[in-house]
Amino acid sequence: MIEVRELTKSYGPTVAVNKVSFEAHAGEVVGFIGPNGAGKTTTMRILTCYLTADAGSATVAGYDVLENAIDVRKNVGYLPESAPLYADMGILEYLNFMTEVRNIPKSQRKDRVKSVIDICGLDGVIQKDIGELSKGYRQRVGLAQSLIHDPPILILDEPTSGLDPSQTIEIRNLIKEIGKEKLVLFSTHILPEVAATCSRILIINNGELVANGTLEELISQVRVENKFHIAIRGEAEAITAKLHELQGIAEYTHVKTDNGVVDYEITATQEDDNIAETLFRTVVQSGWSLVELRQASVDLEQVFLHFTANAHRETSSITEPRSTEAATDTVAPSEEE
Amino acid sequence: MQNITAILKKEFRSYFNSPIAYIFITFFLGISSWLFFQSFFLVNQAEMRGFFGLMPWIFLFFIPAVTMKLWAEEKKIGTIEILMTLPIRDYEVVIGKFLACLALLAVTILLTLVVPFSVMYLGNPDVGTLITGYIGLLLMGAAYIAIGLFASTLTENQIVAFIIGIAICLTLLLIGEDIVLFKTANWLFPIFSYLGLGAHYSSILRGVLDSRDIIYYLSVIAFFLYLSTLAVESRKRR
Repeated sequence: MIEVRELTKSYGPTVAVNKVSFEAHAGEVVGFIGPNGAGKTTTMRILTCYLTADAGSATVAGYDVLENAIDVRKNVGYLPESAPLYADMGILEYLNFMTEVRNIPKSQRKDRVKSVIDICGLDGVIQKDIGELSKGYRQRVGLAQSLIHDPPILILDEPTSGLDPSQTIEIRNLIKEIGKEKLVLFSTHILPEVAATCSRILIINNGELVANGTLEELISQVRVENKFHIAIRGEAEAITAKLHELQGIAEYTHVKTDNGVVDYEITATQEDDNIAETLFRTVVQSGWSLVELRQASVDLEQVFLHFTANAHRETSSITEPRSTEAATDTVAPSEEE
Repeated sequence: MQNITAILKKEFRSYFNSPIAYIFITFFLGISSWLFFQSFFLVNQAEMRGFFGLMPWIFLFFIPAVTMKLWAEEKKIGTIEILMTLPIRDYEVVIGKFLACLALLAVTILLTLVVPFSVMYLGNPDVGTLITGYIGLLLMGAAYIAIGLFASTLTENQIVAFIIGIAICLTLLLIGEDIVLFKTANWLFPIFSYLGLGAHYSSILRGVLDSRDIIYYLSVIAFFLYLSTLAVESRKRR
């Protein structure tokens, strides 16, 4: 339903979106994540025909965003960042206005307004002016506005920003519900949200699409390094010396020593699948006790940092690309988590 | 057409949802009647030339004040992003907003009818010139509105829109005034006197509805609405 090919857009010398290509279909909830200024909003604005791309093409619901802007807009519900609304209008007045400009037949207008009020939980505040609403309710009115014509495609720019946790969960469930039949493309900064709602994730960084896939796919791309976390009770120097000799370890990092328990992060060489067993045996043979041994879990946060490494180098010690020479060098103990 | 009506209704109601419409109407009526009646009894003539003569100068401040928010505010608070991603064409929004302003002006002008009725009560004015005067007022007002709206598309700051609006209107008004024409080079004279916003109005006030004057105002309106549409579209290619 959305097809984007080599989309490029610059503001003066800054390239906001650089050759972004992706596809998305009905029944998908696509999460759009990336650091601030990565080009999420610009991409969404191009897809809703608010801006024109410099190069590349995009079709939405089968219509080209340049040639058939009006048809594209008919098929899209759009909630811009921070839900800009007319403060001096009443909620009902605003939604009625939307049914008019959206050319919804007169006979259906009442039903549509009523249904979006129900969906977005606006019953309690319906008599108020938009200007009197709290941020959360404003966001809901914005969402109601985007749903009023029952569009097959929904594009939401940070729909849950400024909401309290229970509202966030409500909106998430709503997005999931809508995404069963329709296509929802939404951007967010809240990573657990993406993990909870999205069937697919797009990560954009510096205007370029750096990752595109399900959460599992992205995690498996990051996991190739084969990382383990081990905690051993014993003498730190002896353990370090032992690890240094051990075959199959590409790299190890001393994380911390706590009450005689030494924590390490270990990266196995690619070929060695049995590193966990090797580690276990070594610990037992050396007379230490094993407190913890687990494969380091990769969560979305690490995926995000991995793919947006350029912008986050200073904070992403775990995902620094490592050179193979590191295998023979002793890595300095670090206090960082 | 349905889209234009929807925008027109929305903007017109928004004037009355906020204090703008009430303040505009009250001050406009107050100032225009006060200035008029102040000299009316001194002159002691049952005519409204003084009233109509004031209007180009009163409009100069009042009309940019009601047009300044129409685009600048949308840009400032970001509502333009929802508005321009609705299935409406840019020119439909431009025309809708223009007509909403015109409707507010029409309501206001309608309320000034108290003035001609009092004049008719006190004496025997020429009803024909009163009618053409009101038509001229509406045409000239519409031209001011088109200019004010264009100024509003240029900025997201309402005060800046207000001042640009006044500046364009004032320039177009002054170049047609005798003070300026007197000093203009000969070859510029016909151009300036044709382009002057007030000159055509004065000729309508004489009681003659000349098609040239009507065409002049309609083309000023069309020209500035076209410029506004271009300015609104230019956001796409920033």
